[in-house]
Amino acid sequence: MQRVTAAYQGSVVIDDISFEVYRGEVFVILGGSGSGKSTLLKHMIGLYQPMGGRILIQDEDIVTAEGERRTTILKSIGVTYQMGALFGSMTLLENVRLPLEEYTDLPPDAMNLIARMKLKLVGLEAFMNYLPSEISGGMQKRAAIARAMVLDPQILFLDEPSAGLDPITSAELDQLILGLARNLAITFVVVTHELPSIYAIADRVIMLDTRVKKIVATGRPQELRDHSTDPWVRQFFNREVSVL
Amino acid sequence: MAIAASVHQAGSFETRISNDRATLTLLLTGHLDANTTGRLWREAQHIFEQSKPIRVVIDASEVSYCDGAGVAFIVKLQQYQARTGGDVTIHGLQEEFRRLLGIYGQISIDPPPGRRREPLSVVEQVGHAALGVWQDVQTLLIFVGELTVTLLRAARHPRLVRWSDAWLTAERVGVDAFPIITLIGFLLGLILAFQSAIPMRRFGAEIFVANLVGVSMLREMGPLITAIILAGRSGSAFAAELGTMKVREEIDALTTMGLEPVRFLVVPRVLAAVTMTPFLAVFANLFGLIGGAVVMRSLGFPLVSYVNQIVSAVTVGDLLGGLFKSLVYGIVVAGIGCLRGLQTTTGASAVGQSTTSAVVSGIVLIAIVDGVFAVVFYALGL
Repeated sequence: MQRVTAAYQGSVVIDDISFEVYRGEVFVILGGSGSGKSTLLKHMIGLYQPMGGRILIQDEDIVTAEGERRTTILKSIGVTYQMGALFGSMTLLENVRLPLEEYTDLPPDAMNLIARMKLKLVGLEAFMNYLPSEISGGMQKRAAIARAMVLDPQILFLDEPSAGLDPITSAELDQLILGLARNLAITFVVVTHELPSIYAIADRVIMLDTRVKKIVATGRPQELRDHSTDPWVRQFFNREVSVL
Repeated sequence: MAIAASVHQAGSFETRISNDRATLTLLLTGHLDANTTGRLWREAQHIFEQSKPIRVVIDASEVSYCDGAGVAFIVKLQQYQARTGGDVTIHGLQEEFRRLLGIYGQISIDPPPGRRREPLSVVEQVGHAALGVWQDVQTLLIFVGELTVTLLRAARHPRLVRWSDAWLTAERVGVDAFPIITLIGFLLGLILAFQSAIPMRRFGAEIFVANLVGVSMLREMGPLITAIILAGRSGSAFAAELGTMKVREEIDALTTMGLEPVRFLVVPRVLAAVTMTPFLAVFANLFGLIGGAVVMRSLGFPLVSYVNQIVSAVTVGDLLGGLFKSLVYGIVVAGIGCLRGLQTTTGASAVGQSTTSAVVSGIVLIAIVDGVFAVVFYALGL
């Protein structure tokens, strides 16, 4: 991200920020409610156009890329959304197989095998013939990760993966993310404000502040918690309230 | 490294078969990913089926890149050999790709069993459908009872009604529908007049086109077309609004706050529809008659003759009967639209199903109610 300014519904929420995500790391975007975390993520994946600045994914600008170049960038990334965004009328296998059908000329049995392999990786092969409405929220999030991974992207963007999940399911999801990052060398960009998840998965975090619309802290979460001089950052990590 | 995907060498393979035709050696080269392995799958399947090797040796030392799709290709070869009782040996696969094979290669040959349910027999399907209709009728009766009680209570205590919502809905149901109602009414009158003028001309009875247009518009077509447009426009909108509220748990929130959804949401919509439908029917009638007038003028009849003929042909009873029917249609369309909205289940397609069901049920009920009116009016000599 190079000097990016972004707006949501006409209001600037992120003002002239820059940062880099390194290959193979789990990079977490933090911030309070309304600080522009999800807006930033949607700019990073090319859904929104920034008001200014450049967003480079492996040296290609996703903002200006068009046609085949844009498709190539989009195939190199995978995205999961807060609610999973699985297609309700398709089984899990059909959901995961969909990008293969659209982007490759693989024969049907190859697509099925690849989709099953991805579902097995997230522990859902036995549920491959279920509809999303027939499985739990945590399983839906795992299936969404399988779908996002089916084209073997180099970067996975996850928007609030732990939102609405119980602590055990959330911890299982954290382990899955860590496993995928370590074993498959996938780079993860995760938006969350779940502290246990942040400590469990983050190699590095940036912290957005609603008031200044900028990054107020960058580093490892434990370092920020213990050594940050910014009172708001310490307050965030120590779950302190300023007004009772 | 840039993403430029086209610079690498696409995956390919060469095959060598031993003299005794028992060992097939596969020399894999290049970039094995989802974009490049499609062709390899088909070629490999063809070769394996032709040669049926006992032993397969995969030389992967020339593989420069291998992702999940490439690994799936190797796994597929292993599974093929496992099925036919042969074996596979892999040489030269780089460590990082071998690790991927370890992660993905645990997949079983056969997929988990499907969940296809036994198809129902014709008798069972008929039974299910009949049960569905019976349950729908029961739900409809319960809803009608609840709506009636709530409307009676609202009549005694008008402050219970959310009038601001009712006014807003009345504007959407009535004022916003005015252009389409008048256009369809005009075209209907025009078509009726044209279609009837042709056969009537043979008998020199063109002037009676005015009778036909007047009676049919005021008694039947005006209220009916108004109700059908109302079902398509407002009934579907009610179902979609309430359905979305149901999906977003807003209706559960109302209930837990002690607010009855029928009083809070249904009554304002029904009152708005009931109030506006007769007005819309009046305009549909009026513009239908204007459509007839255009045809009559084109046939050479003066406007005054057309008006006199209509005045002599139709009665106040025709007009009032039609308007009463439109009032009932308004209740039916609004009621069924709201009911279908409240019956919305979960899932992305649920609101769409409710909307479709509201329109279909609304039109079916309008036809049934119209039939009942025809019989009652006939029996009463109206």
